[in-house]
Amino acid sequence: MTFSARSTATIVLMTSALALGACSKKAPEELPPPPAATPAPTPPPVTTPAPTGPTVGTQAHFERAVGSSTTIFFDTDRFNIDSTDAAALQAQAQYFAQFSQLTFTIEGHADERGTREYNLALGERRANSTKNYLVSLGVSPDRINVLSYGKERPVALASNETAWAQNRRAASVIIN
Amino acid sequence: MRISLGIGLALTLGVAPLAAQNEDLGDPLSDGGAVETAFEETAEQEDGGGLTGSTTDESDWEDLGIAIPAFATDNDVSTPANANGTGALGREIARVITANLRNNGLFEPTGPDSLPSPDFPQITDPSWSSWTGRGAEMLVHGYVRARADNRLVVGCYLYDVILKDELIREGWVVRPADWRRAAHKCSDLIYARLTGEDPFFDSRIAYIAETGPKDNRVKRLAVMDSDGANHRFLTLGSATALTPRYSPDYSKIMYLSYVDGNPRIYVYDIGSGKQTLVTENRNPTLAPRWSPDGQSILYSMAVGGNTDIYRVSVNGGRSTRLTDTPGIDIGGSYSPDGRRIVFESDRSGSQQCYIMNADGSNQRRITFFGGRCATPEWSPRGDQIAFTRIAGDFNVAVMTPSGGNLRVLTNGWQDEAPTWAPNGRIVQFFRTTRNSGRSSLWQVDLTGRNERRLPTPVDASDPAWGPIRP
Repeated sequence: MTFSARSTATIVLMTSALALGACSKKAPEELPPPPAATPAPTPPPVTTPAPTGPTVGTQAHFERAVGSSTTIFFDTDRFNIDSTDAAALQAQAQYFAQFSQLTFTIEGHADERGTREYNLALGERRANSTKNYLVSLGVSPDRINVLSYGKERPVALASNETAWAQNRRAASVIIN
Repeated sequence: MRISLGIGLALTLGVAPLAAQNEDLGDPLSDGGAVETAFEETAEQEDGGGLTGSTTDESDWEDLGIAIPAFATDNDVSTPANANGTGALGREIARVITANLRNNGLFEPTGPDSLPSPDFPQITDPSWSSWTGRGAEMLVHGYVRARADNRLVVGCYLYDVILKDELIREGWVVRPADWRRAAHKCSDLIYARLTGEDPFFDSRIAYIAETGPKDNRVKRLAVMDSDGANHRFLTLGSATALTPRYSPDYSKIMYLSYVDGNPRIYVYDIGSGKQTLVTENRNPTLAPRWSPDGQSILYSMAVGGNTDIYRVSVNGGRSTRLTDTPGIDIGGSYSPDGRRIVFESDRSGSQQCYIMNADGSNQRRITFFGGRCATPEWSPRGDQIAFTRIAGDFNVAVMTPSGGNLRVLTNGWQDEAPTWAPNGRIVQFFRTTRNSGRSSLWQVDLTGRNERRLPTPVDASDPAWGPIRP
């Protein structure tokens, strides 16, 4: 199970690297037209809600399952996935494997010690880096939206190294 | 295949429909357009601009005393521009001119409230004995006349008190609502005649108005005159707005909005109050910039996390990708002749400034000072590039287009995103306060002097100074 998921992931990564490399010089207007939107299958209603606690499809349920692993953190100007991040994303991947109907957004953020536009691009890069890692763990890219807030949405409000470290993050947020 | 998946993803994950993209817009802004010149005359301009007459050393102009008494009126009648009539309006115009010069550290102006008021006939025939001995080498006179069609004729005269001679005169016809523009045109006439520099007062600034706590800031698109007057909010604040840029003809503003939930560049048409996406694409678009002729737009777009710079015609159509490195390539500012672009890239491992030809060729790094270089903006004069210098703190600095003669102009904790005055003599930027996150607009002149905070109704960031108005 683990092995097959990993090898599938490797193939997906290689394919995506090849595909990206092949079209990297094309202007966006040359891209093929988008496929007709297909309505997402309606998830079956949850018939057996837990007597107490949050229900599946809520952020609270996700948080209860994976704890602080909903969010990973980055070094200044970096977007790589380190071993701590990898463990957190493993927990996320297991959750999304268990609740395979869920879709979610990865919000990429930067600390305030960067210029505004660069930070928007940096948040985008962090969110995509996180997405790619989750895809490598078997989560379908169709279930993942990415969104950068740059330095616009800090969670720690002081102006010091501790706060900045908390703000350089990628947070997974359940859509439904 | 991969790309199709990406686009399909955006659709199925519920990006807001285009119909919703106007939902954060306020009322459209009415704009008077060009100001009509009533008359124009330069008296014996023997040296072709700059100081003439009693003061010959150009370095002396900052100490030049200028008396600016109330503008006279031939007939004190009511006007929509001032409830107390054209006489009171003439005093207001002189006050605006005085404040313009004083706030920018230009000359030593004395305003109408401490000077005698000339009569209407004296405007073209100054009573010289009233003006000598006041420590003012220069004298400004002017008048306001209400026409039958309600429009105002404003005349502006500059005299040399020592030589008892007229240096220059000009007049304008304005709508009552545009009376301040006549005061700015007169300020520009005085400034340009006495310094030899290009004008800058009759211009506007787009910026982002900020309210609310640091973790829940409301950010609205706003515009104001160069002196802070005629302030207007253009968006309501339900969606975060960032990084505006006035088009060279003031007909449009490009800015980033999260109105559909994602960061995208919109082109807001000031006349109609409607906006359109800069490019029909589901990827995030950032960092909008106009070409000097207003015919091209630069924007940056993140595809799969990789941000590059693109150019598209202002009329839409196919975009051209100008950068293709794996790093973040973003921003971009055209040289005044439109042939080159200075931009920001972290392809070397950290944010640095680069120059390329307008077609994307010949990309080369120009900054090697040890810190980082961000948000480069080419001066309208072409001889300088202003940028955010990151070396510990964030400061505004300038350098030549080859990266030489770096000069740091400010020393705040976080001074960011310089924008040039239309004449390239002053730089505005925004300053963020440590811990509180509060922001404000500031300006400093090219020599590093006359730093001051600009008055705004609420906190402010991302200033973008437009060109001189027609």
